[in-house]
Amino acid sequence: MYNSGKVIMGIIIFLLFVAFPFYYNIGRVIATPDPSLDTPVINELVEKKCVEPREFMRVEHMTMLNDWKDSAIRDGRRAYINTEGKLFEKSLQNTCMRCHSNKERFCNECHTYVAVKPYCWTCHIEPKEKKL
Amino acid sequence: MLEKALVGSRRYWLWIFFLIAIAGIGFIAYLQQYKYGLAITGLSRDVSWGLYIGQFTFLVGVAASAVMLVIPYYLHDYKKFGKIVILGEFLAVSAVIMCMLFIFVDMGQPMRIMNVMLYPNPSSVMFWDALVLGGYLGLNIIIGWATLHADKKGVKPASWVKPLIYLSIPWAISIHTVTAFLYAGLPDRHFWFSALTAASFLSSAFAGGPALLIILSMIVRRVSRFDPGIEAIQSIAKIVTYAMAANVFFIGLKLFTSLYSGIPGYGYSLAYLYTGLDGHNTLVPIMWTSSILAVVSLVLLIMPPLRRNEGILTLACVVLFISLWIDKGFGFIIGGFVPNPFGRITEYWPTFLETLITIGVWAIGFLILTVLYKIAISVREETANIKLEH
Amino acid sequence: MSMDRRGFLKLIGLSSIGIGAGWMIRKPGEFLEAGSVSDLPGALEAKQWGMVIDTSKFKTEADYKKVINACHKAHNVPAIENPNHEIKWIWTDDFAHTFSEAKHQYMTEGLKDKMVLLLCNHCKNPPCVRVCPTKATFKRKDGIVQQDMHRCIGCRFCMTACPYGARSFNYTNPRPYIKETNPEYPTRMIGVVEKCIFCEGRLARGLMPACVEASQGAMLFGDLSDTNSVVREALRRHYTLVRKPKLGTEPVVFYILDLGRDKGGGEYA
Repeated sequence: MYNSGKVIMGIIIFLLFVAFPFYYNIGRVIATPDPSLDTPVINELVEKKCVEPREFMRVEHMTMLNDWKDSAIRDGRRAYINTEGKLFEKSLQNTCMRCHSNKERFCNECHTYVAVKPYCWTCHIEPKEKKL
Repeated sequence: MLEKALVGSRRYWLWIFFLIAIAGIGFIAYLQQYKYGLAITGLSRDVSWGLYIGQFTFLVGVAASAVMLVIPYYLHDYKKFGKIVILGEFLAVSAVIMCMLFIFVDMGQPMRIMNVMLYPNPSSVMFWDALVLGGYLGLNIIIGWATLHADKKGVKPASWVKPLIYLSIPWAISIHTVTAFLYAGLPDRHFWFSALTAASFLSSAFAGGPALLIILSMIVRRVSRFDPGIEAIQSIAKIVTYAMAANVFFIGLKLFTSLYSGIPGYGYSLAYLYTGLDGHNTLVPIMWTSSILAVVSLVLLIMPPLRRNEGILTLACVVLFISLWIDKGFGFIIGGFVPNPFGRITEYWPTFLETLITIGVWAIGFLILTVLYKIAISVREETANIKLEH
Repeated sequence: MSMDRRGFLKLIGLSSIGIGAGWMIRKPGEFLEAGSVSDLPGALEAKQWGMVIDTSKFKTEADYKKVINACHKAHNVPAIENPNHEIKWIWTDDFAHTFSEAKHQYMTEGLKDKMVLLLCNHCKNPPCVRVCPTKATFKRKDGIVQQDMHRCIGCRFCMTACPYGARSFNYTNPRPYIKETNPEYPTRMIGVVEKCIFCEGRLARGLMPACVEASQGAMLFGDLSDTNSVVREALRRHYTLVRKPKLGTEPVVFYILDLGRDKGGGEYA
């Protein structure tokens, strides 16, 4: 190999650079996210159920919201009938956040943990939260 | 060949760092715009496009004008353009990149730029413009690079380059035609709504682009040992002359239809630009400057003894370039917006930050141009005594 | 196995195209197999929505204000003072500037200066839809020219193309300029274009557009394809105008012009 010294040095520097997030976070303790369901509306529900089962929502809520957004805005079809046949209005502000009125402790809990910043809230209005 | 851009004189590096500094200032200004929105520009509800889109429109013309060297050289076998044609192609590359940057800085949501390709709308001229500009950039990079590389090796370019060159000719015409169609098909925008818009875009492009190329060639001759050839430059000067004459003629046609018909919608924009309307006259001085410079340049170019004098030719090209830059890069856009479709007037003038961003984009364009020219010149200097094979 | 550098690069290139293509093929919602799409109960539907504005019923400043406020409040339209950055879904201008083709030198002052309510015309042949490079603005089956704020790239081509000045661009973050926020409707973000959407969200919930509701009969809304609708009835009974008919955009917002009443009596002396 030509210039092996320089090449190997380059590879090492590259690896150090790429691996930065890993060794930067070594030894840091970050709490596992624990989204809270403690809101007045949810507490009053007899049957604590989201539009779809919890496991589904956990994995697919972003796809579902994206889908809702497209079919509501582009096709003008604003209702969603879930697997149990129950009808919901497709609305982040008026359906999702009516129950999950604790954005800070529900949405942000995981989003912050996985470092995603959905830009929903540049337009959609966050529910007013009572700061504890 | 890129390595050729990494070695150069002190002067070369000074110029490079100067451009980087200007581009950096533009970038900082852009960060302000990114944060606070296009409110930092002089744009408004009534004049929703301004300096950025004007520069874009003007530079599409500069990019398309490379075809004025390609046609004589490759279609008519005009050998004297052999050395200079690469300068035209590389000018086109940097001009198209500037166009794209101007579109980018003009966008309200630049992070969504890929939506144009993800959700294409074939009835939108802007979609086609994005498509043809991208294609033209690719064509010129490939053609320029392949021919230059072959020259360096002293061989003929690969056989697949020729069809691409032929393709680039109608493609160049198309980029400027499509750009004109952005404007020429809009209802109730009288100033733009003319079948002549695309034709006059092309004529002004074929005057302004080659004029810039003459200026650049003069600089290249001064700073390097590469000489594009005085005969080549004189031939380009003739192209500039004819194109400019056609351009002024087209302006005359437009003036006749607009003014003789007496239809107010057609006259208002012209009145705003050249005499002022209802006391609004911000653009009047620069529009008259443009007109006077156009006449001056045309006189200097049409007289053969004047045109043959290198100093006067360069001056004529500079004057012509400034004239067309004002007319197309500014007046044309603003004239279409003022007065608005209800006959009300909102004036436009670029802000300081907007100007910095614009200068920054030009600096990036010149940076790319400098690097590409450095490569081309270095190759040409090495092969100064070798006959070109393509 | 042996592979030269060229072959390796080709393989890499092809595989990356493959990965890209695979990602492109995946459409949103492909993994969503639960539930189904429907309409809300009581949703209002039409083949072609249309509006008729009775100009004679707008007499005082307050008549316009209450309609404009109803719309702008419902949709969180910011009140930006700087006219260059102004956002408006529904607004007023005088008759002479609105119907400039009908204007002439000796028109009565009362008519020339008469204020007219303006909004998006939801044209049957909308130039804004034609020019939008991303289909962010598009025509719905019921004729509404819809604006998808999620997709708009802020190129402002639609503003240039609209001959009615119906479109506003968010030159700056609109939120600080919204005095009273309606928590049931979103705001917009910086850098997108917005306009009247005929309250398609309200129609989907069985409600009339906010302006129509607030106008107390001065604005009519209905299905133009239905000969028995209120709008067709009004169009039959009155002299009506649309803005700039010569452009072929075919607006569906009509203006009732009762000339007699404007002049204060229909008698010619």
